Amino acid sequence: MNTVIRAVKLVKHYPGVVAVDGIDLDIPQGICFGLLGPNGAGKTTTIEILEGIHQATSGQVLYKGEPLGQKYREEVGIQFQHTALQEFLTVRETLQMFEQLYQRTMPMDEIIKLCALEELLDRDTRKLSGGQRQRLLLGLALVNDPELIFLDEPTTGLDPQARRHFWDLVTLVKSRNKTIVLTTHYMEEAYALCDEIAIMDRGRIVSRGTPAQLLSEHFGDVILQIPKEDTGNRLSELGLNVLQAGDTVEIRSKGLHNTLKLLMDNGVNLDRLHIRAWTLEDLFINVTGVHKP
Amino acid sequence: MKKFLAVLHARNMEFLRDRSALVWNLAMPFMLVFGLAFTFSGNNKELFKVGVLGGEATLQQCAPQLHDTLHLQFVPYDDAETAINKVKHHQLDMLVDPAAKKYWINASSPNGYMMERILWGTEGRDYARQAADGREIRYVDWFLPGILGMNMMFSCLFGVGYVITRYRKNGFLKRLKATPLNAFSFLFAQLVSRLLLIMLITVIVYAGSNLFVDFNMQGSYWTLLLVASLGAMCMIAIGLLIAARTASEEFAGGILNMVTWPMMLLSGAWFSLEGTHEWVRQLAQLFPLTHVIDASRAIMNEGATLAQVMPQVAILAGMGVVTLAIGAAIFKWE
Repeated sequence: MNTVIRAVKLVKHYPGVVAVDGIDLDIPQGICFGLLGPNGAGKTTTIEILEGIHQATSGQVLYKGEPLGQKYREEVGIQFQHTALQEFLTVRETLQMFEQLYQRTMPMDEIIKLCALEELLDRDTRKLSGGQRQRLLLGLALVNDPELIFLDEPTTGLDPQARRHFWDLVTLVKSRNKTIVLTTHYMEEAYALCDEIAIMDRGRIVSRGTPAQLLSEHFGDVILQIPKEDTGNRLSELGLNVLQAGDTVEIRSKGLHNTLKLLMDNGVNLDRLHIRAWTLEDLFINVTGVHKP
Repeated sequence: MKKFLAVLHARNMEFLRDRSALVWNLAMPFMLVFGLAFTFSGNNKELFKVGVLGGEATLQQCAPQLHDTLHLQFVPYDDAETAINKVKHHQLDMLVDPAAKKYWINASSPNGYMMERILWGTEGRDYARQAADGREIRYVDWFLPGILGMNMMFSCLFGVGYVITRYRKNGFLKRLKATPLNAFSFLFAQLVSRLLLIMLITVIVYAGSNLFVDFNMQGSYWTLLLVASLGAMCMIAIGLLIAARTASEEFAGGILNMVTWPMMLLSGAWFSLEGTHEWVRQLAQLFPLTHVIDASRAIMNEGATLAQVMPQVAILAGMGVVTLAIGAAIFKWE
């Protein structure tokens, strides 16, 4: 696949802080790329350098192999984490205003349909709910029919229903062979939307790959959860990898059949056994060092 | 009470830690106090301006009681025609020729009325009142350009300066930065938008007031419109320049006050600068409002043509273009 945007040795210094510390990235055409990381990891700074909003202290960003220029502004769509709109305008007027700023545009009807804005067109933008506002902001990011779209924490603060609705919209947009760069705090969002993710910590990328690859690389096992009172305090003698999590005992197992047999042979009650796979949240905590499992 | 103190403390901290705003809030009153004190310095606060033909020595000799009256400012003139014109245009409250025992006042001037009483009270009724040749300018005709100009100034400077600062603070400018829009197009759009609105408002106010007051209009409405438009453009450009970088509304407010207060006081909107320090009059030439008001008064009250107000037109156009260019050059979206 062709690389749409490439970052080479990006560094960004602020007084007393290295926000981005030598990042290299290649984002191929047509994927949803997730940039994850804890607060202050440098995600927004990185994405804003990629967007051309900020200049890197050193390093380079290339769009289709060329340095960012006026053409880039015409061809990217951006949804910022925090943004205000011109006041006293309706949704339709706001879309029309942004449409006028670009040479090439997506037909207005298509944007309205894609972002489910039909019912909101005549509403003052100040009177939109959180989810409606994010849909409008996505619509604004799409007015120029961009090939590359940046979404910076687009669902932060939305209720679960609005969030899932937004995911559906992003999936629809992606199905048009658009490249999406997404930052998010929600691991289930990254899992649902992203083909590839990079996890940042302290200005560096500490892990990168498809969600499935990363989970398999970092864990390759499953977790058995058993209420502590059901174990009969015999686990310590069985040579298992045991974690305590409150009233629940968690056992990491690479061979599920053998582990279950061992537990049953030793009289552990498995009636309330729960088996779960590792999630991106576990991975996130693991690689960013917030908590070591 | 606890809640009140918590909010009070938080707001105080916010204010005190916004250094730029704090500096302006402290610096501004100092500058006003010292600036005004210096501008209008002197032991006596002068209430009326009296032109004297033949100079102050003649006045002292021929009208000693008037000369010794406190709170009068005497401005010497050699040329009667020039001085009479200033009386007609409310730039002088009275002109007196002590040797010939004659005086001129503008019949519509409240200050002229008071000066006449002072003259009678000090020198008796021997002095002969002279009619100012030609049509006297009513006080309202003299005052109108100042009022409209001041309204224009506040609307242009605060309307643009504050709004752009707010756009920057709330991230709207950052959103626009992500589009192909360039700074000049954005600023020019702001300028034209405000210009159209303020001109519309000014025309409505003028036309509406004219129905009741019947303003004196000796010159061309088109020339007046051109002067007003250039003045508004110039002041909007100053607003854009002030808002070119800051994201602090309080800081922008401080600078806007620093620009508007001297302009309000020294542009001749409220009172004539006749007889003030030379440097004050030179300083006033830096303000676009001074040129707007001077040219408007000349057009309305003296029938000045475009050619006659060309110096003011050129100055306003030049100031506007230069200020807008600097504003666009130093403009930051964030």
